[in-house]
Amino acid sequence: MQSPSKLLIVILFIAAVFAFGYYEAARAEYGDVVMNEFSDEAGMRPVVFPHWFHRIRFRCKVCHGDLGFKFEAGGNGINMLKIIDGEYCGACHDGGVAWSIENCDLCHSGIPNTPTHVHHSTVQKLVAPLRTGADDSADDGDAEAQE
Amino acid sequence: MNLINMRSLGILVFACGLAIMVMLVLASFAVAQSDPNRFNRLMKPAAERNAPPPIDGIHDGENEGTYLLQTPLEAFATLPESKSGNYVHWNEAIDQNAIAPRNSLGEQSMPPIVLDLNIIREVKGSMPDVVYPHKQHTQWLDCANCHPAIFIPQKGANQISMASILLGEKCGVCHGKVAFPVSECRRCHSRPKQQTADK
Repeated sequence: MQSPSKLLIVILFIAAVFAFGYYEAARAEYGDVVMNEFSDEAGMRPVVFPHWFHRIRFRCKVCHGDLGFKFEAGGNGINMLKIIDGEYCGACHDGGVAWSIENCDLCHSGIPNTPTHVHHSTVQKLVAPLRTGADDSADDGDAEAQE
Repeated sequence: MNLINMRSLGILVFACGLAIMVMLVLASFAVAQSDPNRFNRLMKPAAERNAPPPIDGIHDGENEGTYLLQTPLEAFATLPESKSGNYVHWNEAIDQNAIAPRNSLGEQSMPPIVLDLNIIREVKGSMPDVVYPHKQHTQWLDCANCHPAIFIPQKGANQISMASILLGEKCGVCHGKVAFPVSECRRCHSRPKQQTADK
């Protein structure tokens, strides 16, 4: 009696895997920022920064004023050295306020080769579709904007 | 023994049927997505909103950490809704004390300095005039975030056009990226034009 129920689970699992194949499209949160200035080159997944999670906990000015983040995706030149020194993300992500840098894959969680962009931004929707070339296939957001 | 085999075969057939049903339902959903005439192609169906990280299209489902992240729907369950963006009305969330975002790092979070000053911009086109409320903005931001780099703090000194906003300048530095998108016309263009005779 064990084997049929196991079989059922296996088949449902396979069905679920196939189903997700049909279901794939970029539909991340408005304002999610993908940062891939150095990650791909360094063999890491790009960083996904969720604005929604952070704005529940902090007002904009804490990061975009006190911590010196410019209003520009990829415009801050953030690297791990700066974070370890307590700059940018490192002001909180030090194991105190938020998780420390040892938890690499909590931030470096993006799909490899995703370019730096603000997900679902008007600029991405309006300007990105005009771009042609290799980076189009890599950008899931573009694919959606082109629909 | 034979009976058990028959039974397991039955379950196998049933499971295959179920699996095919699941695939068909999701496939039809995908077809509905790609239907060139579906209404409205740019509007996200409710079922697609606030997807969990593993299937949101930018997080890597093969990354273990992705599954440890909070899902947006869990966080947004108690927050007031809006029609676009994250489908959360962030200013109402503050006003209703549904969220209490901190205003500074460190032990004591100082309350924000809120400026209650509306700026009315009469617009050239047929749209209603823009009412810019400092109040809602200073709940989130410091004066120095916008002044003077983005907006010169002087009446008439700033040329603003929808084109520049759409390209991510002026209001578009935030609106269209994290603050409510420019599709919400009437949240800014909110004051009916005054009659010419009044002027």
